[in-house]
Amino acid sequence: MNEELLNILQTLVTSSTPLVIAALGETLTERAGVVNLSLDGSITLAAAIGFIAAVGSGSALVGIIAAMVVGALIALIIVVADIELKQDQVAIGFVLTLLAASLAQFIGQSYTRVRGPELPFVSLTFLKDIPILGPVFFTDHNPLVYISLLLVFVTWWWIFRTRPGLALRAVGERPASAFARGTKVNRLRYLYTLLGGSLVGLAGAAYSLSIKAGWTNPPAMRGDGWIALAIVIFGGWHPFRVVLGAYLFAGLRAISSAIQRSPDIQIPLVLINALPWLLMIGTLLLVSSGAIERLLRALPRSAQVWTRNLLRSDPPAALGTRFEER
Amino acid sequence: MTDNRTPLRILLLIAPIVLSLAITAILVLAVGKNPLEVMTAIWEGAFRNSNAVAGVVNFWIPLTFACLGLVITFTAGLWNIGVEGQMMLGAVFASWAARTLTLPSPVLLPLEIVLAMLGGAFWGFLVGFLRVRLGVNEIFGGVALNALANVLVIYLISGPWQPPEGGSAQSTPPFPAESLLPEISSEFPVSLLALFLIVIIVAAVFLALRGTRWGLNLKATGKNPRSALLLGVPTTQSALSAFVICGAIAGIGGAYRVLFTFDSLRPLPSGGIGFLALLVVLVVANRALLAPIVGFVFAAILAGSTRLRVVLQLDQSLAEVLQGFVVLLVLMANGLRGRILGGPGAESSIQPEPQAQPTVTTAAEATTHE
Amino acid sequence: MCASGAGLHPPLIIYGRVSSVSAYIFLRWVANMEIELQHIHKRFGRVHANNDISLKLHGGRIIGVLGENGAGKSTLMKILSGYQPADSGSILIDGQKAGYHGPQAAIAAGVGMLQQDPLDVPAFTVLENFLYGQPASMTRRAARSDLAKISHEFGFHLDPETPAARISIGQRQQLEIVRLLTLGVRTLILDEPTTGISAQQKTILFDALQALARDQGMTVLLVSHKLEDVIALCDEVVVLRAGCLVGERAMPATKAELVRLMFGQDIAPQERSAGSLGEIVLKLDSLTIQDRRVRVETLSLDVREGEVIGLAGLDGSGQEALMRACVGLTPVVGGNVVLKDRDLTRRSYRERMRAGLAFSAAGRLEEGLVAGLTLTEHMALMDSERTMIDWPGVRDITRRQIERYNVRGRAEDRIEMLSGGNQQRWLMALLPEQPRVMILEQPTRGLDVDSARWVWQLLLDRRAHGTAIIFNSPDLDEIVTYSDRIIVFFAGRFHLIEDASTATVEVLGHLIGGNFEEAAR
Repeated sequence: MNEELLNILQTLVTSSTPLVIAALGETLTERAGVVNLSLDGSITLAAAIGFIAAVGSGSALVGIIAAMVVGALIALIIVVADIELKQDQVAIGFVLTLLAASLAQFIGQSYTRVRGPELPFVSLTFLKDIPILGPVFFTDHNPLVYISLLLVFVTWWWIFRTRPGLALRAVGERPASAFARGTKVNRLRYLYTLLGGSLVGLAGAAYSLSIKAGWTNPPAMRGDGWIALAIVIFGGWHPFRVVLGAYLFAGLRAISSAIQRSPDIQIPLVLINALPWLLMIGTLLLVSSGAIERLLRALPRSAQVWTRNLLRSDPPAALGTRFEER
Repeated sequence: MTDNRTPLRILLLIAPIVLSLAITAILVLAVGKNPLEVMTAIWEGAFRNSNAVAGVVNFWIPLTFACLGLVITFTAGLWNIGVEGQMMLGAVFASWAARTLTLPSPVLLPLEIVLAMLGGAFWGFLVGFLRVRLGVNEIFGGVALNALANVLVIYLISGPWQPPEGGSAQSTPPFPAESLLPEISSEFPVSLLALFLIVIIVAAVFLALRGTRWGLNLKATGKNPRSALLLGVPTTQSALSAFVICGAIAGIGGAYRVLFTFDSLRPLPSGGIGFLALLVVLVVANRALLAPIVGFVFAAILAGSTRLRVVLQLDQSLAEVLQGFVVLLVLMANGLRGRILGGPGAESSIQPEPQAQPTVTTAAEATTHE
Repeated sequence: MCASGAGLHPPLIIYGRVSSVSAYIFLRWVANMEIELQHIHKRFGRVHANNDISLKLHGGRIIGVLGENGAGKSTLMKILSGYQPADSGSILIDGQKAGYHGPQAAIAAGVGMLQQDPLDVPAFTVLENFLYGQPASMTRRAARSDLAKISHEFGFHLDPETPAARISIGQRQQLEIVRLLTLGVRTLILDEPTTGISAQQKTILFDALQALARDQGMTVLLVSHKLEDVIALCDEVVVLRAGCLVGERAMPATKAELVRLMFGQDIAPQERSAGSLGEIVLKLDSLTIQDRRVRVETLSLDVREGEVIGLAGLDGSGQEALMRACVGLTPVVGGNVVLKDRDLTRRSYRERMRAGLAFSAAGRLEEGLVAGLTLTEHMALMDSERTMIDWPGVRDITRRQIERYNVRGRAEDRIEMLSGGNQQRWLMALLPEQPRVMILEQPTRGLDVDSARWVWQLLLDRRAHGTAIIFNSPDLDEIVTYSDRIIVFFAGRFHLIEDASTATVEVLGHLIGGNFEEAAR
């Protein structure tokens, strides 16, 4: 296989890693029935604080931990406002989006053009020698890339193959049933919102400590949080489809910038800038048009059982609703 | 029942403001500045002379237009994050008229305003169409269309509308004087025409929501679209019209930015005012008449904060941080009040609790619509 | 109908179950469970839902819990099964005070409840639903074999891989019963289990319940307002009225005796009223309908002025699709809907309303009324012609309608502040005065006997003036009582009964299970 192509794919895997991690985190949160709309702000603030902590301590690991704590704290505000204070998740999430982004800009102001620690690049022995997959997925990546790959399988396994995953899905689908079976609905919502939030924070660290290392004003990752949220919908709340969506998205973005650089093809800059957003609308249209449902229905019955979880695009039935335990 | 709870109510009203000031002060201390100096700078930035006050009003006018539009979409239960883009399209349409048409001011100015309304309405329609016909949630449609609107603006500035000396992507050439909104005086540079329009639109929005069948349709659609449909409300039309009208009103705000604040088209002409308007409307909930008042406070903080960089070399995002905390904590305090004092309907556990906030649809509804 | 105790061959052998579950459950099953309720109180706001209820329940018996809607029977059962805490009072199980909180703890103490709408997760498969809530030690494989084994014992048909959203209410009940039994429940509470299931499913259910009580010494509590079911199944009944325990007696008893216990007075059975039929008003011409759940092929029907057409069938068998297709809420694939020579097939819901159709949906606050709007605002929505609203005028009309329909509420009250019965009355008050055809989903859902009769009185008044009525109901009694003609649906197929006076609840019960050929004989 063409080496240049492999290189492009390798870069693609790197550049889509924050999207993968953030979207997986949000998938867990929304599977429990909570919407964390603050992703765009959370990622930015986590990136800023992660970078500052890394600079201050000289350790990228400290930066990662700080970023995860930031993501979890913002998620905590959302879930407390929702469960304890009965405020709308979307409203709080939106306010936090703006607040966190402003906060990042304010505390980051003296850190522009500062060089900080960056994550090392490593290759995985044995795995890097696998043809095609090796050079693309297991060579010269920062460790978060490998963590994101691991996360895809772990979240899938956790959601669909374990008993706690059964409880997680039940809480998002029909909390009254979950409660009747002894599941502590709101406790799980706390848990998964915090967990999802810390992954969102990790995505922020992936930007400022590796992929878009450093801090700029305006922040380089603004907008990606919204895209991650859209990918969750496109992904039908399923880790495999979510990661596919993230790669697809990053891939199209990479292609367009490659075309931009190429002297042979003249594409107006305006199209390149518009592309991510057109893509976002396009992917959501694909899901809402019911094309996926129709595909599912066209399959033979035995295959439907198989693919039901993978292909369905209905949101968790209790997403965004509140549950009162008595 | 009320006597010993009144102090608590007052506390819950004041606490968010005090607390957000405290948090902001800590942030200021953390970067090694004096919070009192920051407050003074903001205050002076907003009110040191009539020119500064005019600066506040010039923030307040587009903000109020956006708020009035958003009151309508919130009534219909819709999260019109796309208001930023609707302002930008208003700005673009007004700019086209200002650049292209050579007409006397009394004809040109109304024409510009009408075109701005059309532009905003068009962008609002797109969000609405994606939502009600194609099932794309308005939050995502709005975010994407905001970004696309700015892409369009930058394309125009750096392409077809670039200044003769070359596209610096900073702005278009200044518009001719007769296409700009006149100011009251040079000591108080504010557009009287815009103030006049605000009075009219406040009255119109208030009356439309209170006294017309259309307003009632919006309210019913916002609270329960399925029931509303069965009661004979044209729910998709209602939702679509809410987006269109909101876009039209916000479009005037966008026009004000380019025809008065800037005198040319610049990147991100809405300047985040639409997002600020969303915050304002979240605070005032559905009390439409409060929006201009709360909006004024926010406008003062934002306009005043422009002095932070000059005086204290601080990023003006500090003002946004303060506002963000105020809104967040006000919402939390609302919840706390409901929890401690027992909100409306809390006496009976059987009845569903009426929504304190505008009814909103969740991000997940992108795939489901009527 | 259900077989009574005598000729019953229990399909279940106790040892078969022991091998499938575990030995310790067997030990707990040896002795019958004795439950005692002492001075149970529960209030909701001003309503005293349970007022000092003391009761002993003995194992090995099927006990009917009777009372009209709002009598407090559901509340009492929810307290017993841990879904709600009592305000005061205690529950003794085998003489020991049981202080459990939550349904899971109640199940651990041996008490499980099957809700009217079984509390499963629609997105889960049958197997996942079964597995969820079982001890963590149970593997998927063990769950599959337990599920199969116990289902087989009771004659239940449950495919483990089908999502719960795609099986009938009857099957969802079966799934929940199997699940609760596996969890070691010794007292099983069933809330209105016979509403919305077919006669065959009812037979299977009753056989299972009898086997559980007679052979295994389980306590079965049957909450029902269907006296026929109680008479057929129960060994004793307890009766609640307005939150108080007003009677306990052993069966058998006649229907009249039970009615006297429930209401404190005799209630004459509703007479069938034959109206006079006029011209054809609504013509359904080989209608083919497709909704998410079902497809109905080429249905033709002429509805005459003053005619009442009852639609029977299990949930989602096609009756809802037909009604919604008539008013334009469900797409029509082929055929025509013609109202008085006017083809409405391509017309919108609102145009059909203007042409003289009226529709009311089953879920009051989900589809029909708007929580958050006042009664006056609802009334203002009905006058669609004017741009400006004449609020004083609308308020006057509202007050008049409140009085006329005997609604307990004020014009400025938000609709969700009213009780269910009063919401239903307001929904009726909002319907146009004299539509050509009224299409009503479950017009008496959730109403007590008096309110239900009152609603029908109103409907029959309008019918006497020439309005045709098409309605459905899970209560077959209601369909038999009020219909001139009946259409029975099963999985999109349908069967027309030309003369409803020949129909009985038994016949309908078999038809809704799909036995069209048998019934035709």
